[in-house]
Amino acid sequence: MANTYQLIEAKTLNSNQTSITFSSIPQTYIDLLIKASTRNLASNSSGINIYLNSTTPGSQYTEVRLYGTGSATGSDTGNSTISISTQGGGGGYTANTFGNTEIYIPDYTSSNYKTVSADGVPENDATATLLMLTAGLRSNTAAVTSVILEAYESSFVSGSTFYLYGIKNS
Amino acid sequence: MASTYEPIANATGTGSSGQVTFSSIPGTYTDLILVTHYIDVQIDNLGLRFNSDSGSNYSRTSMYGTGSSRSSSKNSNQTYAYTMYKDTNTTTDPVYATTQIMNYSSSATYKNLINRTGTKSGSTYNVFLQTLVWRSNNAITQIDIYSGNANFSTNCKWTLFGVKAA
Repeated sequence: MANTYQLIEAKTLNSNQTSITFSSIPQTYIDLLIKASTRNLASNSSGINIYLNSTTPGSQYTEVRLYGTGSATGSDTGNSTISISTQGGGGGYTANTFGNTEIYIPDYTSSNYKTVSADGVPENDATATLLMLTAGLRSNTAAVTSVILEAYESSFVSGSTFYLYGIKNS
Repeated sequence: MASTYEPIANATGTGSSGQVTFSSIPGTYTDLILVTHYIDVQIDNLGLRFNSDSGSNYSRTSMYGTGSSRSSSKNSNQTYAYTMYKDTNTTTDPVYATTQIMNYSSSATYKNLINRTGTKSGSTYNVFLQTLVWRSNNAITQIDIYSGNANFSTNCKWTLFGVKAA
C-alpha cells in the first residue's frame, strides 16, 4: 500500500519572521495539508493569512469564518484574503503558549478554483481565546506551486513550526 | 515507520447516478476519513448511509456561519447522515468537506462522525462544523453517498482514507 501522507517540507523558525513560504511544491499528490504551531508578537489575538502562489490580487481571495471566544460566537466574511486566527500572541495571552492550526488544500493541481479549509485552536489558559473554522476560496485556476503563510500582525516568533504534507489517493 | 494514512478507494461521479458506494471496507484501521470535493450546480445535500441501513438511526448537531450570522441546530432520527448543505451553486466554486468516522470497526459502540464543510457560491458563504452519530453497533463495511436531488457529475470526487493508530 502506498504511503500517502508524506512530509514535503518542515520549517522551524530560528528568529522572528513575518512570513514563511513553501515553494516548488511537487505536483504528484492530490491534496496538501499543513500543520502549524505558531505564536505571534502582536499584542492582541492575531492570525495567519494564507496565500496560494501569490499574495495578489486580493480580489481573488474570499473567506467565511466561524468562531468562538469562550463567551461569544460570530461569523464574518473577507474579500481580500484567507485567514485563520489561531494564536495566543503577546499581551493578554499566557506566556509560551502556541496556537495549533491545520490547513487543508484539496485538488491543488487541478484547473479549478482552489478551496482552503483551516481550523485553529489557541487554548491558552486565559479568559480570552479564539477558536476558528475558515472556508476560503482563491478564484484562480493555476495549479498551486507555493503556499505563503503570513503573520496577520507583526511576526511569527522564533520556535514556530510549519509542516507541509502531500496526500495521495492511490 | 508504519504507514498510517492509507487510501482505501476513490470514486468519481458518472453523471448518470445520484449514488456512490464504497463497499468491502477493511476493518483494519482505527478511523476512516472521507474527503469530498465537487463542483455541481444541482446538488444541495449529501447523505451518508452505512451498511445500507435506511432506518431512522442517524442524528446530527450542526454549527454554521454564513459570514453575517451563525447558528446551531439539531436533527434527530433521520434516515441519512446529512453531512453538508449548499444553498446555491456555480460552475466554478468547489465544495469541500472532510468527514472523520471514528472507531468504525467496533462492534460494541455507536459510530460518531465529525464533518467540516466549506462552501462559497457567488455571494453565498457557508462554513459548517457537524457531529453526527449512527446508532448501530455494527462495524462499518459499506458507505453509500446519496445526492438529495440530482445525479453526481464527473466533477464530484471522493477519496476514502484509512487511519491506523500504529
